[in-house]
Amino acid sequence: MNDNLVSVKNVSVEFDYQENFLSKKQKIQAVKNVSLDIKKKSFLGLVGESGSGKTTLGKAILGANKISSGQVIFHDEHTDYDLANINKKELKEYRKKAQLIFQDPYAALSPRMTVRDIIAEPLEVMKITKSREETDERVRDIASKCRLNLEHLRRYPHAFSGGQRQRISIARSLVSYPKFIVADESVAALDVSIQADILNLLKSLQKDLDLTYLFISHDLSVVAHTCDEVAVMYLGHIVEQAPSRELFTNPRHPYTKALLSSIPAIDPDDQKKAIELTGEIPSAMNPPSGCVFRTRCPHASPDGKEAGIKMGLVEVSPGHWVDQCGVNCGEK
Amino acid sequence: MSTLLDIKNLNVQFDTDEGRIVAVENISLSVKAGEVLGVVGESGSGKSVTAKSIMQLNPGNTHYNEDAEIIIDGENTLKFTSKEDLKKIRGGKVSMIFQEPMASFAPAIKIGAQMVEQLLLHKPIDKKEAKSISVDMLKRVGIADAEKRFNQYAFELSGGMRQRAMIAMALSTMPKLLLADEPTTALDVTIQAQVINLIKDIIKEYQMGVMFITHDLGVIAQTADNVAVMYLGAIVEKGPVREIIKNPKHPYTRGLLKALPDINNLDAPLQPIPGSIPSPLERPTGCVFRTRCPHPTQEGKEGRINMGLIEVSPGHWVDRCGVNCG
Amino acid sequence: MEVSSAKKEAYFTATQMQLVRTRFFGNRTAMIAGSILLFMIVCSLFADFLSPYDPTIAGRDKEYENGAPQIPMFWDKNGFSPRPFLHTLTKYRGADTNFRWVYKIDDDKRRYVYFFVKGWEYKSLDFKINLPGKKFDFQFPGFTSDRHLFGTKEGGIHLFGTDKAGKDLFSRTLSAIYISLAVGTLGVFISFVLSLIIGGISGYYGGWIDSLLQMFTDAIRTVPPIPLFMCLAAFAPQEWSSELRFFFISCLLGLISWPTLARRVRTHLLSERSQEYILAAQMSGASSAHIIGRHLLPSFTSYIIVDLVISFPYMLLSETALSFIGLGLREPVNSLGVLLQNATKADVLLNYQWYFIPVFFLVVLILSFVFVGDGLRDAADPHKNK
Repeated sequence: MNDNLVSVKNVSVEFDYQENFLSKKQKIQAVKNVSLDIKKKSFLGLVGESGSGKTTLGKAILGANKISSGQVIFHDEHTDYDLANINKKELKEYRKKAQLIFQDPYAALSPRMTVRDIIAEPLEVMKITKSREETDERVRDIASKCRLNLEHLRRYPHAFSGGQRQRISIARSLVSYPKFIVADESVAALDVSIQADILNLLKSLQKDLDLTYLFISHDLSVVAHTCDEVAVMYLGHIVEQAPSRELFTNPRHPYTKALLSSIPAIDPDDQKKAIELTGEIPSAMNPPSGCVFRTRCPHASPDGKEAGIKMGLVEVSPGHWVDQCGVNCGEK
Repeated sequence: MSTLLDIKNLNVQFDTDEGRIVAVENISLSVKAGEVLGVVGESGSGKSVTAKSIMQLNPGNTHYNEDAEIIIDGENTLKFTSKEDLKKIRGGKVSMIFQEPMASFAPAIKIGAQMVEQLLLHKPIDKKEAKSISVDMLKRVGIADAEKRFNQYAFELSGGMRQRAMIAMALSTMPKLLLADEPTTALDVTIQAQVINLIKDIIKEYQMGVMFITHDLGVIAQTADNVAVMYLGAIVEKGPVREIIKNPKHPYTRGLLKALPDINNLDAPLQPIPGSIPSPLERPTGCVFRTRCPHPTQEGKEGRINMGLIEVSPGHWVDRCGVNCG
Repeated sequence: MEVSSAKKEAYFTATQMQLVRTRFFGNRTAMIAGSILLFMIVCSLFADFLSPYDPTIAGRDKEYENGAPQIPMFWDKNGFSPRPFLHTLTKYRGADTNFRWVYKIDDDKRRYVYFFVKGWEYKSLDFKINLPGKKFDFQFPGFTSDRHLFGTKEGGIHLFGTDKAGKDLFSRTLSAIYISLAVGTLGVFISFVLSLIIGGISGYYGGWIDSLLQMFTDAIRTVPPIPLFMCLAAFAPQEWSSELRFFFISCLLGLISWPTLARRVRTHLLSERSQEYILAAQMSGASSAHIIGRHLLPSFTSYIIVDLVISFPYMLLSETALSFIGLGLREPVNSLGVLLQNATKADVLLNYQWYFIPVFFLVVLILSFVFVGDGLRDAADPHKNK
């Protein structure tokens, strides 16, 4: 009996990029050789900056991006879905079980549909319910779980604030009672006081509906509070992965350390100066060979800096994985 | 330390199709040389409107109240109408940097050309000197290959570099006051750290005053000396940063601090502030926070307490309704 | 500012269409222009009823050629009359007028204006499509009537004067407005169908289909319209009936102006297609048909309506220009352009200034379309709703 809901093995996702009609076709390696296990009922955080590939990975797991190599298996109760080789029929079934919550609460809702219709749309498209009454009942049920009341259902999105819209978005993703949710920067566009509200809602929904989350964010403090396990990505690779408490108290990879130190502390007396990373994030079209972090690593060993060390995760303590170049070059 | 900026009793209202809305009500702020004033607030708090009022960048349907004063270097800039006067504040004594660096640079003109143009507008120097000052400034903000970047377009630079170039452009005219409106919000967190360190170094070197507007309390805690917390156009609490964060008195400030995830205290639950921010069309009378206050007094809840700041300890001002109900 | 909760609820539950309508009704310029436009359209539809004379050569008044406008009066030296009247005119030519025909006013004889009089016969709602070959002929008889809004028992009543042959300019103007609007409508319709198909495919599929179709569209756009019109118009054989010519000119207008509209359709589609809510529907497995029907088409109805209204004045102007230089419609079918053509002689400028009255109507018609179009555009897409 598999403990994992999703197994990701050596997955790479590439995009073709052609600047215009006549220029050369280039390949962007958005995700390179990533392996990840998402346990059932867990709340896994995927953290990274721009170009890290976290959104691409999340969408690949949902079947929205084509997987160039590797395997993503979704272990449902009775069947397994192989995302790299899925056919149309299976994809339709899979969609009922795995959904996405969008980032922008303003763009993700059609301004021309009532809230009831927005939430009901997946049910109609996936033909889950057979009658209007059934649809209505489901909509009402999920809406109340997301703390939207009946009169809200008759209104249009322009009547709602950012936080409320995000709740509508969440209700829409949950109406097909999926098992797996990818939340892509779901609180980034919200005010701080509302963020907390949505995060608490996500946690309570997890208990209510037995959900497993993949929470993608660039905001480490948010991830620290809500997730049980965290994976840190840089330029398409996972550089460190550990249970949340372990990662934040005992980071091993230089990038994770720099990331953590960059978060400004709320306590003004905590005047730690951030570990400054030199240079800019390299372009995904031309990533550094060997360890992708070597161009900015503050403690690069001569070997690592010369691209001599290949990347790959090693387990430094139970459940705590770090990229081997990071293990080598971390502070001694 | 001289006072560079002194805003007194500023009220800003906009004429819209739906009527006159209050964007900012009765605020008073000041910034001294070498000091960073952090202005913190969520959407609709009026922080951007305040900054734009200093530069007179608000749209045509704006109304300022008669007795408001924005005093920069001794002159009330709200009364400025002529082009020469406005030039003094815009880019002269005051410079502003924005959230979206792509929006500050014209996409079809090279960065260098724009920096030179800005310098020539404000200083009686020639093109050659302007170019050398600009390149120096680009080096100063940490852009490697400054000469090469001078001749590039905005889209050729990455987000962090663009933001630094914008800071360079803003600082090249040696303003006394720098207004930074969410300068790091759109940046990755490691780049944000670089930019914040840069701003801190520059303040020390040039003894400028900075008004740093953001919604991120962590950034304020690390950069600002004083902070003003704004909600729906009014200041609810202001004072030294240490005092405000360690000893917040207004329910809104407390709520904000409790809602923030603290990386050093992972066990503390996140407590959102109940309710949502009212739209400016429905600005509550009396205390603006009364619709969401967790412990309002009867008087406060009915809006019968008028807002106004009271000094509860030296330098620490709290709105009187907050003092009552906190 | 407290807003009642009923009003608030109405705002919350208002559909996009209702919001657009409310914003449009609040725009004074657009509403005034809209009423004027509506008035002119209604008048033109009832042109035959409102015209005291047949606008073609059959209705000419031999007694009153090149006559000045006659405005009915209520008051003259003989006193007040509740029924409007005109003075009798007699044609006179003599040495004192250099042997030019002038009209002498006899201000003792009154001619009263009557309403709902019997006049010339006209048909309404009759359809006749007379294309080459018998297969496409279609006829619907319609109604005949001979009632008109106003007229006089003797003599003529020419509110806008008459032209060289004695044709009543008022009647001609009314029917010209009708014909110009009809040509414009047909042209816009053809243009719309073409641009919907081409722009739609281009915008929805993107990729190489888009590039190909765009090159094609741009190629057509770069051809200068006037020489193109002249060439194509010259192809029309002389023997064609005026209705056929009418149809032909409308088609031409439609064929030449679809690229602009197609480009707009494509732009709307491309920007709507990448909206997140469409992505959300796709992630639930929605088919293309569902996305087009449920999301894309409704989102762009308002834009398309605006585009259609805005392209109308261009059609009108093109047709007017063509007819003005003689390449468009011709007698006996008259449009505003044809009327304007008659106003080009030097004679007219000096002596018969009333020939220019149709210009005023053309300008008002076009301006009203433009203002209504602007108003619609502002109503449909103000500052993005946040």
